[in-house]
Amino acid sequence: MRVEISTKRIYSDFVKKVEEINGQTLPPCYQCGKCSAGCPMSFAMELLPNQIIRLVQLGLEEDIAKSNTIWICASCITCSLRCPRGVDLARVMEALRLITMRKNIDHVKISEIPQETIAELPQLAMVGGFRKLTA
Amino acid sequence: MERIGVFLCHCKLIPPIDTGRVFEAIGNKPGVVYAADYEEMCMAPGLERVKEAIKDEKLDGVVLTSCSPALYEETFRHIVTSAGLEGYQMVVAELKGQDGAKEATQRAIEAIESALERLRMSRPTVSSRVPITKRALVIGGGIAGIQASLDIADAGYEVILVEKTPSIGGRMIQLSETFPTLDCPQCIETPKMTDTGQHPNIKILAYSEVEGVSGNIGKFKVKIRRKAAYVDWDKCNGCGICQERCATKALAEFQQYLDLPGKIAHRKAIYIPFAQAVPMRPVIDREHCRYFTKGKCGLCEMACPVGAIDFSQQDSFVEIEVGAIIVATGFDLMPKSEIAEFEEDPDIIDGLEFERLLCPAGPTAGKVIRPSDGREPKEVVFISCCGSRDPEHGVPYCSRVCCMYLVKHALLYKHAVPDGQAYIFYMDIRTTGKGYEEFIQRAVEEDKVLYLRGRVSKVFRDGDKIKVWGSDTLTGKRVEIACDLAVLGMAMLPSEGSKELAVKLSIATDEYGFMTELHPKLCPLESTVPGIYLAGCCQGPKDIPDAVAQGGGAASKLLSLFSQDEVILEEAAVS
Ligand SMILES: Cc1cc2nc3c(=O)[nH]c(=O)nc-3n(C[C@H](O)[C@H](O)[C@H](O)COP(=O)(O)OP(=O)(O)OC[C@H]3O[C@@H](n4cnc5c(N)ncnc54)[C@H](O)[C@@H]3O)c2cc1C
Ligand code: SF4
Ligand code: SF4
Repeated sequence: MRVEISTKRIYSDFVKKVEEINGQTLPPCYQCGKCSAGCPMSFAMELLPNQIIRLVQLGLEEDIAKSNTIWICASCITCSLRCPRGVDLARVMEALRLITMRKNIDHVKISEIPQETIAELPQLAMVGGFRKLTA
Repeated sequence: MERIGVFLCHCKLIPPIDTGRVFEAIGNKPGVVYAADYEEMCMAPGLERVKEAIKDEKLDGVVLTSCSPALYEETFRHIVTSAGLEGYQMVVAELKGQDGAKEATQRAIEAIESALERLRMSRPTVSSRVPITKRALVIGGGIAGIQASLDIADAGYEVILVEKTPSIGGRMIQLSETFPTLDCPQCIETPKMTDTGQHPNIKILAYSEVEGVSGNIGKFKVKIRRKAAYVDWDKCNGCGICQERCATKALAEFQQYLDLPGKIAHRKAIYIPFAQAVPMRPVIDREHCRYFTKGKCGLCEMACPVGAIDFSQQDSFVEIEVGAIIVATGFDLMPKSEIAEFEEDPDIIDGLEFERLLCPAGPTAGKVIRPSDGREPKEVVFISCCGSRDPEHGVPYCSRVCCMYLVKHALLYKHAVPDGQAYIFYMDIRTTGKGYEEFIQRAVEEDKVLYLRGRVSKVFRDGDKIKVWGSDTLTGKRVEIACDLAVLGMAMLPSEGSKELAVKLSIATDEYGFMTELHPKLCPLESTVPGIYLAGCCQGPKDIPDAVAQGGGAASKLLSLFSQDEVILEEAAVS
């Protein structure tokens, strides 16, 4: 499958929203990989942090949604501190999380979970299960 | 020679050699009476030892080894002559390569044997003193040749500047604006062109080519063909009425043969190539002129107020004598058709064509249009490394300027079409010059140029659009862009005819036809023939600052030759 790259895609509402929430534009990232190299969580990520930025640059929202990366990110801001181009990557990750959460898509139906399980589950895990598609 | 000494130099630059084996192998060669090795013989203590040995052992011939005879021969010659020998009594053998010790030793033995053979054949030379003709020939009137001519002329020497086309200026005068500072060549090059045209020490022979060269440093005889312009340039005053009157149109060299709607990029059959031409003189293109094709017309002849049109003109020849030559014949772009997977289409153009579309003084006055229909392109794809860095299908080298001019194109395009989008496919972005990386970052940040990392597999027409298939290796995606115009960063090649010219000058070229410098690092301005220097893209792809620097450098080499009154030429004595 060829992905069509066009202005529609690279200036899509998704890209605009990411830029608006994180407060900066993303073209400056030149894909050096410094962020991924230093990320303490990247071992568990399906896509590396720099790949996430690249996907935003190209407007490839679906690929980001399919990967666990933004949920694995620990918001430790190592990437933001080290980026030679001043990209605040941790904020981009946060923006992507917000956008996903705001879509109100539940991956787990709460009514189908037995009462006892709900009683035992910590709050965080519940939210995680609902919207984040992380276990 | 009966008392030959062999001096083996070894240092960390050449592979380790088994000196014992070398000495054994050459010790019984006829005439060899002495052999020694020394670490770093090229340094003062080593040289002193050579000198002492020549005296102590009463040597009458020496073979020295060196990693670079071209660089050390002169130094060795001084030492050997100061020890009382003559130049012909010395031969320098080259030792280099990355072999292992065994091969290196064998190669050293072979090199020394062949040097001994040469020494045996070597005969006393007679040196003759040749007075230097203090006049220079510069071949090629691009920015490199212009700079060289001006520097030599300013130093007080006569320059003959031979240019193949009807005007000097070269590629630079075709450009829109120049990276990284975006000054326009019409503003920064035209003054230099005018100065060249008006300099009392410079004679421009435009529309001319070098026919033959003989002689040596200090005194070359050069025959130059002045192509028939069918206009008497002495009578002509450059008013241009002829080209206004001429009714025959043809594609224009200066516009890179762009065929635009309304033929706005065409020239006439009699034409002055561009508004700032130096010399400002027209030529008739025989192929299209109706007088030549149909046998009658003569509109220009009737219009010319000074009667300068001369349909009977023939090529003429001039012979000149010069003391030294600078070659500055520049480059051409590889034809687009060399890339089979890119379709031929009016909306798939090369970098120089796009320069003409961007140029405020160009046929569209800087309005960017699609050649096919004149519409403003809203999405443009720029493709780097077309033919470059492709040893299998194109050339293996990097053309050095395309990364920069493509981003310049993208940026200027955005300035011309603010709601447009520029994409650049690239393999690596090479921005080694001063201010270049910053220039790219600016284009990315301010003009939102989108870089896609990967080569392009196909460029083709799909209805109204040009489709570009490529990949973005950063995401691992195969991508497709439907754009309005595609611009190819074609590889730089030596200009057409450079190989033939090199043969006439007896200078070496590399396998692509770029003229070879005497030493890639330490003699970048000298050709392989003494008295012939190189400047600009004829030696290899480069940008304007480098071409200008090399032009100035070649001029200063030539001037240091001209600061002497004679050269000493050594020739084998005829016995
Ligand atoms: C699309 C494009 C954009 C570019 N943009 C920039 C830029 O923005 N900034 C920058 O720094 N560089 C730029 N460059 C590079 C720049 O064009 C070159 O560095 C410069 O033109 C080299 O000058 P030159 O004198 O060596 O060669 P040329 O400009 O090629 O001049 C050579 C001259 O020699 C003449 N000639 C050739 N053969 C003969 C012969 N046998 N006898 C007599 N005359 C002969 C030619 O007609 C020509 O006039 C660009 C290049 C391209 C292709
Ligand atoms: S460190 Fe910055 S510039 Fe480098 S890849 Fe990460 S975000 Fe991009
Ligand atoms: S300058 Fe850039 S585009 Fe041109 S050949 Fe080199 S790497 Fe490729």
